[in-house]
Amino acid sequence: MRPRQGLLGWLVTIGRYLAAGLVSAFILGPIVVIAYLAFAPEETVYLFPKPLAPADFAFSTETMSTFVTATGTLDALWTSIRVALLTLVLALVIGAPAGYALARHPFRGKDVYRLGIVATRAFPIVILAVPLITYYLRWGLDDTVWGVAFLHTAMALPTTVLVTSAVFIGVSEELEAAAMTMGCSRFGAFRRVALPLALPGLAASSIFTFVLSWNEVFGAAVLTLQNPTLPALVVVQLNQSPVPIRFAGGFFLLAPALIFMLIVRRYLFNLWGVKLK
Amino acid sequence: MSARKSSGWAPYGLVAPSLLFLGVFFAWPMYRAVELTFTKADEPGLTLDTINRATAEASFGEAWRNTLLIIAILIPLQFALALAMALLVNGRLRGRGVLVYIFAIPIAISDLAAGIVWFSIFTENGYLNTVLVEAGLLDRPFVFLNITTSWPLAIIILAELWRATSLVFVILLAGLQGIPAEYDEAAAVFGAGWFTRLRKVTLPVLRPSILVALILRTILAFQMFAVVVALTGGSTRVLAAESFRWFNRLRDEHVASAYASFILLLSLIVVVIYLRVFRDAEEKASA
Repeated sequence: MRPRQGLLGWLVTIGRYLAAGLVSAFILGPIVVIAYLAFAPEETVYLFPKPLAPADFAFSTETMSTFVTATGTLDALWTSIRVALLTLVLALVIGAPAGYALARHPFRGKDVYRLGIVATRAFPIVILAVPLITYYLRWGLDDTVWGVAFLHTAMALPTTVLVTSAVFIGVSEELEAAAMTMGCSRFGAFRRVALPLALPGLAASSIFTFVLSWNEVFGAAVLTLQNPTLPALVVVQLNQSPVPIRFAGGFFLLAPALIFMLIVRRYLFNLWGVKLK
Repeated sequence: MSARKSSGWAPYGLVAPSLLFLGVFFAWPMYRAVELTFTKADEPGLTLDTINRATAEASFGEAWRNTLLIIAILIPLQFALALAMALLVNGRLRGRGVLVYIFAIPIAISDLAAGIVWFSIFTENGYLNTVLVEAGLLDRPFVFLNITTSWPLAIIILAELWRATSLVFVILLAGLQGIPAEYDEAAAVFGAGWFTRLRKVTLPVLRPSILVALILRTILAFQMFAVVVALTGGSTRVLAAESFRWFNRLRDEHVASAYASFILLLSLIVVVIYLRVFRDAEEKASA
């Protein structure tokens, strides 16, 4: 934006910082509230009115440790991690070759394929968990880590294909060609030249796949029974849980988001094809 | 790209696994959802029984009304806010990197966590009531999450605004970054004011990003589930939550799939409408 002169320019600048502050407060405020309630003594959570003066804030890990040690929480956490890792690997193993083909090879039906992949993002894939479970029961995939990971992979795959294609387009093809003239095979050139250069982009894409799986509630709740993922466990037990436990669970699910974003913020815009200047 | 010889079978081998996978885990369940909608348990042949069972309950109308109402209010608000956020960060501003990080955080927050967060604020002995009572604006705590009022709908919209505006923000900001600064400068040289430049230069160039964000966001909003469950324990009916209720509590996968089909149908209709509206706008702009 053009710098403006005089009083008006000052007012506009102040207004912009004010707006930025307000939006930040809107986003961070609720996170601070849940963080405090997750680490407040149980009495405080039930108390009304709640303490507002900083001096009255008490800290306690009581409800958080009750949540973490409750039956099923750690198992569900482990299930969540396994599902997310499996989804990440499946999406990459199935999606990245297709992304590479889109980036490097001209082939008949390429535009149709790309369009089809784009179009799948316009479908509510999560909802398809219900019809899917009727087959899972027959295939023995119900209530398994694999079953949930397959659904999450279907959700993540279109994005993985498009993002990896963008990543490989960003990696110079000439370098690969040069490696091949120096005696590398096509695959060797890919493995020694293109893959290392594409790694940061692929990693960013993988973290997003992980987050998508970690956060997914509906499908996991439908597809599991005895072995739920963490969000599935929390949502199914939500209405029977005491309020302090709900808050601890809510914060437990939310906290990784802050770290995920810190890691991928540099790649955020690579994922949408544009780099932040 | 230079003209090259076709790469033979290699590219087909590379895309085949993804096609196979999407066939089994995307196309098949989609077909199966429609099949389950028009059949019923232990009886061969097509029937409208399942749909009749869904429509017979009062929750059917409520779920449609609430879902559409929430989306009709949420989406415009969300896009206005996201555009404002993107324009704000796109300009010259100290601490831009930090702001982009903060504005993007909610992308990684699940709808379940978001629902619990806003529940903690709006619950009867929560912080909002504390502030209102301490400030003397209320005598005693107000029950916001009372399902006989419209408050729960408003709070669901607020929670979704908080959680999902970031996705739109990132897509729009990526779009803005792609617009050469010369466009804006040229318009400014000819004396166009800020608002005119926004309307005549920025928004038209941003159109493809807006379309992508609109489609993604609306489809996701149709699947709204955990936010609602966390805020009102499922007393506020929405389509996806109805699908889960029929599956989980009533053990009827046919009606549960019918709700999945409704969402599928809605998604298709909305995408067609969006594409049409944007194509018409494109034609009008180039005419």
